[in-house]
Formats: sequence, C-alpha cells, structure tokens
Amino acid sequence: MQFLPELTLLGAGLIVFIISLGKTSADTTRNVAIGLGAAIFVATLLSFCQTGKLFYDAYQVDLYSQVFKTLIAGAMLIVLIFGGNLKGIDNSVRPEYYLFLFMSVLGLMMLVSSVELLSIFVALELSSFAVYIMVPMRDDSGNLKFQMEAGIKYLLFGVTATGFMLFGMSYMYGLTGSTQLSVVIEKLSLMYSQPAAVIAMVMVLAGFFYKLAIFPFHFWVPDVYEGASNETTAFIASVPKLAAVALLIRLVSLISGDGQVIVNILMVCAVLSMFYGNLSALVQKDIKRMLGFSGIAHAGFVLVGILTFQVTGYANALYYIIGYVVMNLACFLVICTVSQKGENVMIEDLSGLYKRSPLMAFSLAVGLFALAGIPPFVGFMGKFMILTSALKEGYLLLVILAAINTAIAIFYYLSVVRITFCSDPEDRVDIRSPLLTNATSIFLLLVIVIMGVTPQRFVDFASTAVQTIM
Amino acid sequence: MDQLLINPDYPHILSTLIFLPLAGALLLLFIKNEDFARYWALGITALTAILSIPLVMAFDTSTSKYQFVEQASWVKSLNIQYVIGIDGISILLVMLTTLIMPLCVLASWTYIKTRVPAFMICLLVMETAMLGVFMALDFVLFYILWEAMLIPMYLLIGIWGGPRKIYASIKFFLYTLAGSVMLLVAIIWLYIYNGYSFFIPDMMWQNYDSTAQILLFLAFFLAFAIKVPMFPFHTWLPAAHVEAPTAGSVILASVLLKMGTYGFLRFAIPITPEATMTLGPYILWLSIAGIIYGGFTALAQHDMKKLIAYSSVGHMGFVTLGIFVLNTAGVEGAILQMLNHGITTGALFLCIGMIYERTHSRELSSATGVGKYMPIYVTFLTFFALSSFGFPATNSFVGEFLILAGTFEYSIPLALAAIPGAVLAAAYMLRMLQKIVWGGTDNPDQSWLKDLNLREIITLSPFLFFVFWIGLGAQPFIDLIHVSVANLLDNYHAFHGQAVAVTDLILH
Repeated sequence: MQFLPELTLLGAGLIVFIISLGKTSADTTRNVAIGLGAAIFVATLLSFCQTGKLFYDAYQVDLYSQVFKTLIAGAMLIVLIFGGNLKGIDNSVRPEYYLFLFMSVLGLMMLVSSVELLSIFVALELSSFAVYIMVPMRDDSGNLKFQMEAGIKYLLFGVTATGFMLFGMSYMYGLTGSTQLSVVIEKLSLMYSQPAAVIAMVMVLAGFFYKLAIFPFHFWVPDVYEGASNETTAFIASVPKLAAVALLIRLVSLISGDGQVIVNILMVCAVLSMFYGNLSALVQKDIKRMLGFSGIAHAGFVLVGILTFQVTGYANALYYIIGYVVMNLACFLVICTVSQKGENVMIEDLSGLYKRSPLMAFSLAVGLFALAGIPPFVGFMGKFMILTSALKEGYLLLVILAAINTAIAIFYYLSVVRITFCSDPEDRVDIRSPLLTNATSIFLLLVIVIMGVTPQRFVDFASTAVQTIM
Repeated sequence: MDQLLINPDYPHILSTLIFLPLAGALLLLFIKNEDFARYWALGITALTAILSIPLVMAFDTSTSKYQFVEQASWVKSLNIQYVIGIDGISILLVMLTTLIMPLCVLASWTYIKTRVPAFMICLLVMETAMLGVFMALDFVLFYILWEAMLIPMYLLIGIWGGPRKIYASIKFFLYTLAGSVMLLVAIIWLYIYNGYSFFIPDMMWQNYDSTAQILLFLAFFLAFAIKVPMFPFHTWLPAAHVEAPTAGSVILASVLLKMGTYGFLRFAIPITPEATMTLGPYILWLSIAGIIYGGFTALAQHDMKKLIAYSSVGHMGFVTLGIFVLNTAGVEGAILQMLNHGITTGALFLCIGMIYERTHSRELSSATGVGKYMPIYVTFLTFFALSSFGFPATNSFVGEFLILAGTFEYSIPLALAAIPGAVLAAAYMLRMLQKIVWGGTDNPDQSWLKDLNLREIITLSPFLFFVFWIGLGAQPFIDLIHVSVANLLDNYHAFHGQAVAVTDLILH
C-alpha cells in the first residue's frame, strides 16, 4: 500500500510498453494513457495517509511525500488531458512517449520520498533521462531539427548539474561518513564554519537548482522550452518543479545553526533569478520562451520563501509552487489548444483570441494575471505571503527587490493579454477546443481563484505537511 | 478595536453593497442577450444605489468612529481580516460611487454596441472593487481591491476604447501597478511593526521612527500621487481619459482619481504624521504646480476630452492643496471638492460622450455652434462648465472657497500662487463653452443633430441636481464629514504638539 502509486506507475509503463509493440490508433493510445493517468491519481489518493519507511530506510513515506505525489499525479493527469492529442509527436512513437512520461513521473515520485543520497541520485536520474528522450521525440515537421538541439542542450546541462551534485554528495559522504540524509545534515550542521561543508551543500543544491531552473543553472530553459513539443514543455514546466521544491525544502529544512553563508548564496541566486528571468522575458516573441523566462523568475520567488528557514516560509513556498503549477498549466493548456498542428505559438499568433475562442482567451488572461501577481488570484497571495515571511526575518532589501520585480514582470504578461484582447484576429482561424479541455480549463480557473481568495486552508495544510519532516 | 461601531439596524449593509454587483456580474457570465444585460446591469446598479441610501440616513454625525462595521476573520495564519466600515471621510465617496454607477450604465446604453454583457460585467466588477476600497479597514483587503480594480478598468479601456486604446490602457495599468508595489512592502512592514496586524485604525498615530516614517510616506506618496494624479505623475491620465469609453472616463474621473486623495487622508496623514509635517510643504508646491500646469495645458487643447482631462489635473491639485494645509477649512473643502469634482467632471465627460455619439469626433472644431440645434444639451453643458470653474451658487464654488480659505490661513504666498489657477479654469472652460454653443463663422453644418433624448436627460439631471444642492446648501454634506475631519486634525495637532515639545526638550 505504501508503494502503491509507484507500482501503479510501473504497471502503467508496462501496459503502454505492450501497446507500443503493436499498432494502435491514436485515439486508443490517448484514452489508455488518460485512463492510466487517472488510475495513478487514484492510487496516490488511496495511499495518501500512509506512513512508513522502505528499502532499509532509504525511502520514506510520510504525509509530506504523499502530498507531493498526489500533486505530481494530478498535474500529470491534467497535462495528459489537455495534451492528449499530442499534436507535436509522430503517431508511431506515441506509446513510447507515454512510456517515458510515466517513467519520468515515477522518478519524480521516488524523488520526493528519497531520504538517502544514493536514492535521491537514482530517482533524479530516472526522471531526467526519460525527459531527455521526450524532448527530441517531437516530429520534425519544420525539418529544422531544433528539437535535437534542445535535447542535446538539455542533456549536456543536465549531466553537468548532476556532476556537480555527485561531487557534492561525495564531499558529504567524506565529511560525515553516511549517506542517510538525516545523519548527513545533522553532522554537517556542526561544521558550517568549514568551507568544505558549504561547498558540499551548495553543490548538492545545484542539482535541484537545475531542475527548478534557478540562476545560474537556468541556461537550458529557453531553448528546451522552445524546442520541445508543446505538451512536453507543459510537462517540463510544471511537474518536475514540484518534486524539485519538495527536495529543496527537505534538504534546506535540515540546515540549522550557522547556515548564514548558504542563506547569502541562496539570496543572491534568488535575486539574480528574478531579475534575469523578468528582464529576459520582456523581449521574447515565442510565448513558450517567455513563460520559460518567467519560470526562472518565479523559481527565484520560491527560493525567497525557502531561504527564510522557517516552517511558515517553507509552507508558503509550497503554496506558491502549487499555485505556480496551476497557473502555468492554465497557460499551457491554452498554448496546446491554440497550436493547430503542434507548431510553436508566437505571441502574435494569439491576436484576437477573445473572438476566436472566448474561454481560451479568458483562461489565458486569468493565468497570466495570476502569474503577474494581481489579486484576487493565487499568484498574489503566494507572493504576498512569501514577502511577508521574508520581511519577518528582516530581509528588507530582498523584499524591495522582489517587489520591483513584480512591477517589471507585469509588462510582458500584460502585453500578451493585450494581444489576446485588444487586437483583431485578422484571418486567423477559430479555435475549437474539446469538451474535456474546456472542463479542465474551468477547473484550473476555479482553483486559481479559490486558492487566491481562501488561502487559509491550503496554507494550514502545507504547514502540517512541512511539519512532518522537521 | 474601540474605533468600531456596529450598527444593529443594518448588520450587513456594507457587504451587501460590495457583493451585490459582483453577484450580478457572475450571473451575466451566462447571458448572451444584449438587452437583458443592459437592463440587468441597470437594475443591479440602481438597486445598489437605493440600498446605499440608508447609510446617509442612519449615519451618526456625532462620532468619528467607523460605522456599519462588519468583521470576520479571513486568513487566520496571517491575521488578515475582512473588516469594513465607513466614517466621515469615506461616506461621501461611497455614496458618489453607488449613485454614479447607474448613470454610467445609462450612458453606455447605445454607446457600447459590441460585447455588451462583457462590458456590463466589467462595470459591475469595478463597482464592487471601488466600494470595497473605500470601505476596507484591513490593509490587505484594501490592497487586494485596489489592485484588482486594474483588471476591469484595463479591459474597459483596452477593448471598448478609442483608436489609441492599446497604448492608453497599458500605460494606465503599468503606471498604477508600478506605483503600488512599494505600497505592498510598506504594508508588510507596518504589519510586522504593529504586532502582526493589518488592522488600519491600529496603525494610526503610532510612534514610528522618523526614517521609517519618511520611507513609508514615500511609498504611500508614490502609489497615491500616481492615482490622483499629481503633477509630475499625471501623464497616464490624458491618454486613459481620451481613449476610454464614456462610462470608463466617468468612472476614472469621478471615482478612481479620488482614491489617491482618499489614500492621503486615510493612510498618509494618520500613519506618518511626522513625515507629513516634513514633506507636506513640498506636496503643497507640487499641488500649485499641478493647478497652474493643468490650467495652461487645458487652455491649449483642441480635443474636448483632453481638455477635461487636464482640467482634472488642476482640480485635483486643489484637492491635494486642501488636504496638506491641514486645517479644518482646507480638509473639509478638499473632501467636498472630491465629491464636486466627481459630479462636475463626470457630467462633463457624459456631455462630451453625448456629442461624440452624434459626430464621432472629439475635436472641438467639429462640435462648434451646436447651441442652435441642441438647446437642452447646451443648457446642461453650461451649468456644468460654470460649476467646473467654481462659479458662485454651484458646488465647486463652495469647495474651492473652503480650500482657498484654508490656504490663506496656512500661508498667503501659497494662496496667492493658487489664485491664477482659478482664473485659468474660467478661461479654458469659457473658451470651450463659447465654441460649442456659438462657435464662429466657420461652423460645420450641425443642423442634422438631434437634441438629447429622454434617456440622456435622465442621465444628466441627477448631476445638475447635486450641482445646485451642494452649491446652495452644502451644510448637510459638511455635517457628514465634520466630526471625522476634526478628529483627524485634533490627532494630528496633538501629535504635532508632542513632536514640538520633544524637540524643545532636546534643544534646551
């Protein structure tokens, strides 16, 4: 029962593998995948209240991990639903695509439960390698091979980050003589005055910075977002970030004592991420690139919550990343729907969207306003709570810089909304969206509003979840 | 929490006023019928207006406490409350908002031809947010509504606006948002300093240290001065006014601009009195600059909407002048002038909108000489124009008189500097009036113009009624605000005296 979601995922992978051996129609593959996604989601719900340790204490099942597994499964299900047509993937490789998708999610689910350095490494690699393959699986309609370029970039940067992380882990083991996270951190916290300990910690964090796309490990983002098919980008932009934040909180929450050096490093990374992401996003023409850069800035914001080293800060970071994933999914839902044959969507392709498909235009506007942090949406509440917890710890300058970033960010979000609502469609075609996609988009909008207006319950729950790992 | 007064006769009146338009907007989401949307929006806004009348009837003019208070916990972990109430400073603005909205719907009856339900949704959501801003006593609630208001206003300008609507709407949004991000930091700082509470009345008259006060004041100033708009921050206003549809211009001029001056009165003075003392004189001179600059620029305009927009800069300069001289006449005049500006400028924008609906041009030269063919129209226009430059017996005369009286009390050079503004106002308004009513020898052929229909007369009449009511008998209005203003100034002077005493103590 404790391992049910992972087992279901493995089973799902096997089923899709068997499908991939024969020839099935696109519709069947899609329906099977959505069905399996729903089954995985149900499995995570069933094992929601489980606790325990597995595999010689390397794998911990607690409320914290189960919350993240449910979120990951939910986000994956939403991606499967609105990306179901897989417009950008050739029909013959779709079962394989789903196979890798499930494997990647398996890795992410294992990651949030891992409490031992080696299992963290294995889980992280499993999730990454599957995505390395998903990126170049885009069909080569433009004959530009830029999905290959994206795949290679993703792989190389990923391997470099992993290298950093492994190096840091070896230091950790060398300094503490254990690979158990709890032991490592406890011993490490006694020696933060030594540079070796700081270097070890920072290098391990680098691996997660890469997943979360925090400066200076963000270089892969724009090209991979652009090169991967829309559905893959939607996946990369949302699901792995949940797991990365989960692990980041797990690691950082155990730092105590004199971690001031690390706080300073995190602070610099957060500020640089925000400025770099927002300033670069200002000049983008491809909406996926723009969202990629905005994702870098949002990751910086999450880091602001984490570096307070307080339960409320972690809970706020958790709340923020959930909100971010929901807002981001709402935007990608529109991108996947607007894209006719799986091609990339330029910002100007959204011209007059409010005449071509009012619901999509509305979803996009709400998603973008929420990302920009305009009340009453979840983005504002998340930002507000993170700033509050940071100022409580006395980081006034950091808060002011973050607030300035809000003002910068609004410009590029607003210019997309402007195109959507204030320009004419000219001769662009009307968008027809399937019923299930419409339902999903309304669901996402409701979540964005409800989380924004009544944050209390969500934050309380996040605090409870975070408490279990302290 | 002893500043709050719950009125048992009307336990949920303010919440009803806030949420009724929102509920109306939600229903409109499912409606495609344009006529139904018009009547529905009119019904909802009219109902809100009627429901708001008991506020004035039951308002206790003998106390400066917040009345009709409602309180509920909202986000417990951050101690954010849903707490709303009104006092003498906000009641007139609340009434102005509720009463002007049905007229905005009427003014858009035929003006808006596309996407009527969506337009009405934006109007109704605006009403919810605006009322909430004036009623909120929790800083987060205030900030949320303050920011949330940008979205419907942006859409009003951006979708139904004129030719340069994109530029205007973006500029409006960016200016306002950029101005208020530091306000957010100030709010969080105050929250932490005040023992984790966002309750606004508890933040007032505290002894924050001088540096903190100056920084807080600057954060407030940036947010509110942009909204007012004060002189160097005014450039978004003409663009937004000119491009917005009539109802949008009216809402902008009548209500949105007041939020800036309301912010000064509600937050800047009580929370940072020491900084007000230090920085007040600079603001006074900025106000003078705004009055003169607005007047001269208005004199040079050929676009009628732009003319009114620049005249707003001048009029709002008078309001900030009245606020920061910080004596009874000045502040009361300022609050009254906020109301007056809402009435007069709103009505003028409606008048311009009516001529625009006929000629499809806002150029002054294409609207010359209509007096002969539209006698009812020019009668209304004349009264509003006279009111705009403060002709005796109209509403603005009372307000401007009080403000100037207060300014004379404060400093004679300052008052003398403001006088040319009043003259300029007469100059640009009479110039416009002369051209529209009579024009010259080269008037375009206006004989095809139809005079106002019944709907338009109904739209304008309430404005005229208030122009004369306030102009001839302003006492009931001043009674409503007097105690709150006196309390504000007493507290301020007590604080001032204390500060002076402390300085004396240090010096001797």
